[in-house]
Amino acid sequence: MPKRRVIPGFGLSMGFTISYLSLIILIPLAALFLKAARLGASQWWQILTSERIIAAAKLTFGASAAAATVSTVLGLLVTWVLVRYRFPGRRLLDAMVDLPFALPTAVAGITLTQIYAPHGWVGQYISQAALWIQATYAPTGWWGEVIQDWADKGAAYSPLGVFIALTFIGFPFVVRTLQPVMEDFSSEYEEAAATLGAGRWTVFRRVILPMFIPALITGFTLAFARAIGEYGSVIFISGNLPMKTEILPLLVVAQLEQFKYEAAAVIAAGMLIVSFTLLFLINLLQRRLNWQNN
Amino acid sequence: MSISIQSITKTFGAYTALENVSLEVPDGSLTALLGPSGSGKTTLLRIVAGLEFADPGPGKIAFHGEDVGDIPAGRRGVGFVFQHYALFRHMTVAQNIAFGLSVLPRAARPQKSEIRDRVMELLKLVKLEGLDQRRPHELSGGQRQRVALARALAIRPKVLLLDEPFGALDAQVRKDLRRWLRQFHDEIGLTTLFVTHDQEEALELSDQVVVMRNARIEQVGEPQTVYDNPRSPFVYEFLGNVNKLHAGQDVRYVRPHEIDVLFAAEFDPATDSLARVQHLFSAGPIATLTVKLGDGQFLDVELSRKQLDELGLSVGDEVAVRPAVMA
Repeated sequence: MPKRRVIPGFGLSMGFTISYLSLIILIPLAALFLKAARLGASQWWQILTSERIIAAAKLTFGASAAAATVSTVLGLLVTWVLVRYRFPGRRLLDAMVDLPFALPTAVAGITLTQIYAPHGWVGQYISQAALWIQATYAPTGWWGEVIQDWADKGAAYSPLGVFIALTFIGFPFVVRTLQPVMEDFSSEYEEAAATLGAGRWTVFRRVILPMFIPALITGFTLAFARAIGEYGSVIFISGNLPMKTEILPLLVVAQLEQFKYEAAAVIAAGMLIVSFTLLFLINLLQRRLNWQNN
Repeated sequence: MSISIQSITKTFGAYTALENVSLEVPDGSLTALLGPSGSGKTTLLRIVAGLEFADPGPGKIAFHGEDVGDIPAGRRGVGFVFQHYALFRHMTVAQNIAFGLSVLPRAARPQKSEIRDRVMELLKLVKLEGLDQRRPHELSGGQRQRVALARALAIRPKVLLLDEPFGALDAQVRKDLRRWLRQFHDEIGLTTLFVTHDQEEALELSDQVVVMRNARIEQVGEPQTVYDNPRSPFVYEFLGNVNKLHAGQDVRYVRPHEIDVLFAAEFDPATDSLARVQHLFSAGPIATLTVKLGDGQFLDVELSRKQLDELGLSVGDEVAVRPAVMA
């Protein structure tokens, strides 16, 4: 006799879930790997270890991780302000957080480029600051190159620009993940810590922050994953200089434009494997923390 | 350490939570703040703790004569136990209990080994030995409550404040823990103030009951005194079941156990009324009888099972009811 369930429709909903997952996610991914598999292991190796790919991978994963980190800190602050204080314009600010979700990424990219370009609203000051650093400290080597870059181009057309675009894209994920958790957070915890003699900073560091860590990690993961795949906003601000400001998704598109479909698939598959491994590891870490927290 | 509260007023915008409240809590006593929700009892407790501040004015709060009105909660030396425990869920039981000691400034902080000893001592005191490495979610409600108590006691508070300490527990655990807390209080002798809306809890547990209503204190006294001599109809009704009898303009209050039931044949017109049994409830040591008086009013009567069996009553019988005490 089949096991009786209280919630009806398991067969139907499970069937729908599997078909849906297959059509939307599994089949396209399988097709991607099949396409990539047309090339042998040596060709895979050759493509994935080429200098240009390695440089782009470093930028993509590095800038994504940095942007997700900054988004997490920024998101924590913004959420704190939104949840803990009542002020005029709070709802407006709350709605504005979603703008990076809604804005076409190309629009975001072009706008950011305008602002951060050497003569843009913000870019000019970055440029001036870099010139001042050059004049005062005369930096050399790797650091010197970076400063020269900023002096010439503001924050646009540089890895810094990529980082800025990815932060813009990523921070709503952190806010929206953290917000419900923070809204549920009872002030009793803070009051309990306060009656036990803890100062404000201690309460934040030892009571509030640890309770938000799982949600912060989720937010970080979402922002990170989004940043790795981001294309539209980055290609405008990065300037797409080979070996310097190219991101992996751009190289995939570049291969496609040369009708090298297999090579594009190989790069995409490589990205997927690395991303999946990273996300899986973060998930494991979070599971451990969650277990402690509940 | 005694707590002295003098003419405290607290308003939240247009809402008055406390209006000119004064109260003395004697050293070493266990005092209950009893009242319905919205009566201001929790606000009063929070003001004593320093989690809330009274409106500026002549109001004063003193511990053992020393004014503490401007001292923040963290330096007031109060142990506060929250209704939902507020245990830090990312910390073990031991870390929770040690929290108050571990956040002391470095100069005042005890050695790690001393903290450890104190935690073990407290765990023993609240009968939770061996649970130090558990996390709050692995404990039952009653255990969590006792961890919260141990955490509050770790800082050696001058007074202990409990907000609805048994509010979130099952009936059975609640009874056990209530008895345990009374015993515990007698052992450590710490001045304790607790909030409850349960009159039975307040009467059974405390040395002094403070009945509150609408931002004011209605009556203060020993449980027995307050129960026997309620100063107002509100206190009368709030402290247990009561029959409200209308006789012309007057309202009389009679508790269900303060009525004798006799055979109709023993009716004495000078004191008794005739009534008819409407409902009988006798599952338990005390039987409850609802009778309808001649003028149509209903009266609840409590008598022992033995009395009920002797009378051999059933629904529809006529009886004589004689008030034992009238207020």
